Amino acid sequence: MIQTDLAIVLPEIILAVFAMVALIGAVYTGKDKTAPLILWLTAGLFVALAAWIGFTGEGTQEAFGGAFVDDGFARFAKVTILLSAAAILLLSQDFMTRHDLFRFEYPILLALAVVGMMMMVSAGDLMALYMGLELQSLSLYVVAALRRDSVKSTEAGLKYFVLGALSSGLLLYGASLTYGYAGTTLFSGIVSTLHEGHNSLGLIFGLVFIAAGLAFKVSAAPFHMWTPDVYEGSPTPITAFFATAPKVAAMALFARVVHDAFGGAVGDWTQIVAFLSVASMFLGAIAAIGQRDIKRLMAYSSIAHMGFALMGLAAGTAEGVQAMLIYMAIYVTMNIGTFAFILSMEKDGHPVTDIDALQNYSKQEPGRALAMLVLMFSLAGIPPLVGFFGKFYVLKAAVDANMTWLAVAGVIASVIGAFYYLRIIYYMYFGEERDALDGSMPIVGWTLLMGSAAIMVVGVINLFGIEGLALAAAGALVN
Amino acid sequence: MDNLLSIITFMPLVAAVILGLFLRGDDEAAQRNAKWLALIATSATFLLSIFLYTGFDPANTGFQFVEEREWLLGLQYKMGVDGISVTFVLLTTFLMPLVIASCWDVKHRVKDYMIAFLLLETLMLGVFCALDLILFYLFFEAGLIPMFLIIGIWGGANRIYASFKFFLYTLLGSVLMLVAMIAMYMDAGTTDIPTLLSHSFGSESFSLLGIQVIGGAQTLMWLAFFASFAVKMPMWPVHTWLPDAHVQAPTAGSVVLAAILLKMGGYGFLRFSLPMFPVGSEIMGPYVLWLSAIAIVYTSLVALAQHDMKKLIAYSSVAHMGYVTMGIFAVNQQGVDGAIFQMISHGFISGALFLCVGVIYDRMHTREIDAYGGLVNKMPAYAMIFMLFTMANVGLPGTSGFVGEFLTLMGIFQVNTWVAVVATSGVILSAAYALWLYRRVVMGDLIKESLKSITDMSRRERAIFAPLVVMTILLGVYPALVLDMIGPSVEALVSNYDTAVLNSEAATAYAEN
Repeated sequence: MIQTDLAIVLPEIILAVFAMVALIGAVYTGKDKTAPLILWLTAGLFVALAAWIGFTGEGTQEAFGGAFVDDGFARFAKVTILLSAAAILLLSQDFMTRHDLFRFEYPILLALAVVGMMMMVSAGDLMALYMGLELQSLSLYVVAALRRDSVKSTEAGLKYFVLGALSSGLLLYGASLTYGYAGTTLFSGIVSTLHEGHNSLGLIFGLVFIAAGLAFKVSAAPFHMWTPDVYEGSPTPITAFFATAPKVAAMALFARVVHDAFGGAVGDWTQIVAFLSVASMFLGAIAAIGQRDIKRLMAYSSIAHMGFALMGLAAGTAEGVQAMLIYMAIYVTMNIGTFAFILSMEKDGHPVTDIDALQNYSKQEPGRALAMLVLMFSLAGIPPLVGFFGKFYVLKAAVDANMTWLAVAGVIASVIGAFYYLRIIYYMYFGEERDALDGSMPIVGWTLLMGSAAIMVVGVINLFGIEGLALAAAGALVN
Repeated sequence: MDNLLSIITFMPLVAAVILGLFLRGDDEAAQRNAKWLALIATSATFLLSIFLYTGFDPANTGFQFVEEREWLLGLQYKMGVDGISVTFVLLTTFLMPLVIASCWDVKHRVKDYMIAFLLLETLMLGVFCALDLILFYLFFEAGLIPMFLIIGIWGGANRIYASFKFFLYTLLGSVLMLVAMIAMYMDAGTTDIPTLLSHSFGSESFSLLGIQVIGGAQTLMWLAFFASFAVKMPMWPVHTWLPDAHVQAPTAGSVVLAAILLKMGGYGFLRFSLPMFPVGSEIMGPYVLWLSAIAIVYTSLVALAQHDMKKLIAYSSVAHMGYVTMGIFAVNQQGVDGAIFQMISHGFISGALFLCVGVIYDRMHTREIDAYGGLVNKMPAYAMIFMLFTMANVGLPGTSGFVGEFLTLMGIFQVNTWVAVVATSGVILSAAYALWLYRRVVMGDLIKESLKSITDMSRRERAIFAPLVVMTILLGVYPALVLDMIGPSVEALVSNYDTAVLNSEAATAYAEN
């Protein structure tokens, strides 16, 4: 039995073993000098694992008595997580080297975080959920404070840690309540308790606390307070990482918990998720208007986008989960491109994050400015760019689930949100003549920026078949 | 020519991509190449659209030149035209080469400017050809991007404010339409426009948040579509973005905005609001009539008070669009015929008027009416052309402006005499502001020192105006050119509408008994 169990978790084992071997190897050999090698190895391993999981996985398998589930849904999320993590790793090398931040621990910590995320999306048990979540979070607390001599970065790490610990506490409390009332930590056990009609108040309390803890991880309002500070304080490549892979993992986990464990109480949690969704969309849209720092702005933008993804979840249907997965995949693609651009925002060798500094950028760098223009319109959800289709699918799921009010709220929030994306374009294209930024862009960054912008344009033809994959994945989760 | 519509629609896009990828540098030669390529592409599009004209069978009220392909999950790429949309396609392809030719003197970022207009042409043509709900929305909404950039990059001093206002205002209208479109998709199970045209959406009244919604889902969807098209049109009181956008946009941008983009609103009413939500239209129609009447009188009065020529013409556009909405919601043959004719004719006339302003703006760099006077002494040809279009704007018989106004007023008279009375007073007001503008700018003695050295129109400028003059007079004396094209389609539209309304009334009466 143990062999079949281990065979199912083999990708996670490989990644974890790799991280430990790399850690020991680097400590005993060249330390930071080995960092580039480890980074490329890690990124390569991510891509290889993504290909492996993506191409070979089939059906639904359970390991360790149901605590670990490998199904289409988990595989979709894992491939998205691995690919985006690989992209961010490659993106960060140049920046880290030039700003003297390139520690060998960095790729290793990310690899551990990714192991945690893969655990999260495959969790079939509250214990497994918590273990995955903590492994991911602890790694991320450390990388947030990677720039040890910077007050802001340390503050970001500490803030993230304290608030993260609080949310973990909430989540654990919810888990223990759930265990107390359901008598099991297995998702399948919880859902059958609910189906038997024991949906006692205690279970609903447990659900609320778990949802609050998860909302913190996806940075949904009103549990978003850490996001802007952590985004601003962390070194930019790490901000880019925060904005992509962990969001997918937390979102997938959210979907997994509400459907697998609380599938019998759909009516109870859709209200919670719908509230989180509306609050996040409006908060993200309105609070970003006043931001001058592009990293803070992207933080609020990610809050608003999580609101949209949650709208898909709030529908409580397979179609909604499909929409959410499509939305997350598109969101991650756009963010990788945008952060590739933000990483190149430099003047005289210093990173600049003030959006005012983008004035006249389109004269200086027409190609990059055009790519950024495409990405901004796509983030704003303007057709014909792919960002629109992400919104379209979640709106469709919401209307289909008789939540037209939620869809109307969403589109109004998206108009408010369009304002700040337009402002970035305004600085780049309509701004006054002045010395523009002079940051160079490494070839990896350039490729990712242009690639992501090209996907936003070309995707209108067929979205690269991602809807079909997401449909299969959603079908695996919601029966 | 199975793919004629796609070829016409995407030809400018292909030219834009070629420009973007292969044209390097920003010197004189590169700028000239960009302009010539854009001109050739738009002209070729126009020439191709002549096949559309010759191949179109007006007697057939269905969609013609239909193309259908699989697209994203559940959606389809479907294009086709009927009598109503084909006229707008022809209007667009006809005007675009003139628009390109009118920006020959632009020096700033010429290549990008040309790309923006070529993109815009593709998107505008797509709006008129799309036969899939979401495809329509895609084109409708995407048009905001190039126009935002055109106003923002090449616009006047206050361009930032105008471009943001334009973008956000129109976006807010359209997103509500998107939700309604999704609701339609859910209700009918398809986004295919011909199928939706024959689908009847629920019209049973229900109560929402304690308010009784008469006409039910149809009224709500009608309102959502109205939010979008009324802003686009623009109708009073949501017209305020238009004067700002017009004043700040460069000349060519104003021409496209007035001549084509505004027509998308009217086209939307004819394609969606009337045939798909007849019950909703029947309930809300009377309010639209009054809004239109207010628009005609109010914006004409506002136009009288303007000091800026472009702003004056912008308000005059709002007034003329008032006739269009009035004609559409009269829902009879004359009214709808007149509305479409008015849109086509306004496309030529307002485009020409903005070009007229552009001619003197290029020379004097001001749009203040007070800065001019007595231009007839130095610019006789200009005075002649400006005169013609001023008269056409007023609706002088013999010009296309007359036919549209007369038909819409005739249509509305049969439906609501009081609205017709109020609207007719707008004809007098339009004569007042247009003639007064003409007198202040062109007539009188040339006393201003700065105007002494002004030159008359160049050959290029005359060449741009020539086709517009021909069309304005031709449509004025021989309106059948357009009316024959649209007639059968309009007839089908109106009779379907009447049947649907009668059926719904019968159903309501039956339910009550």
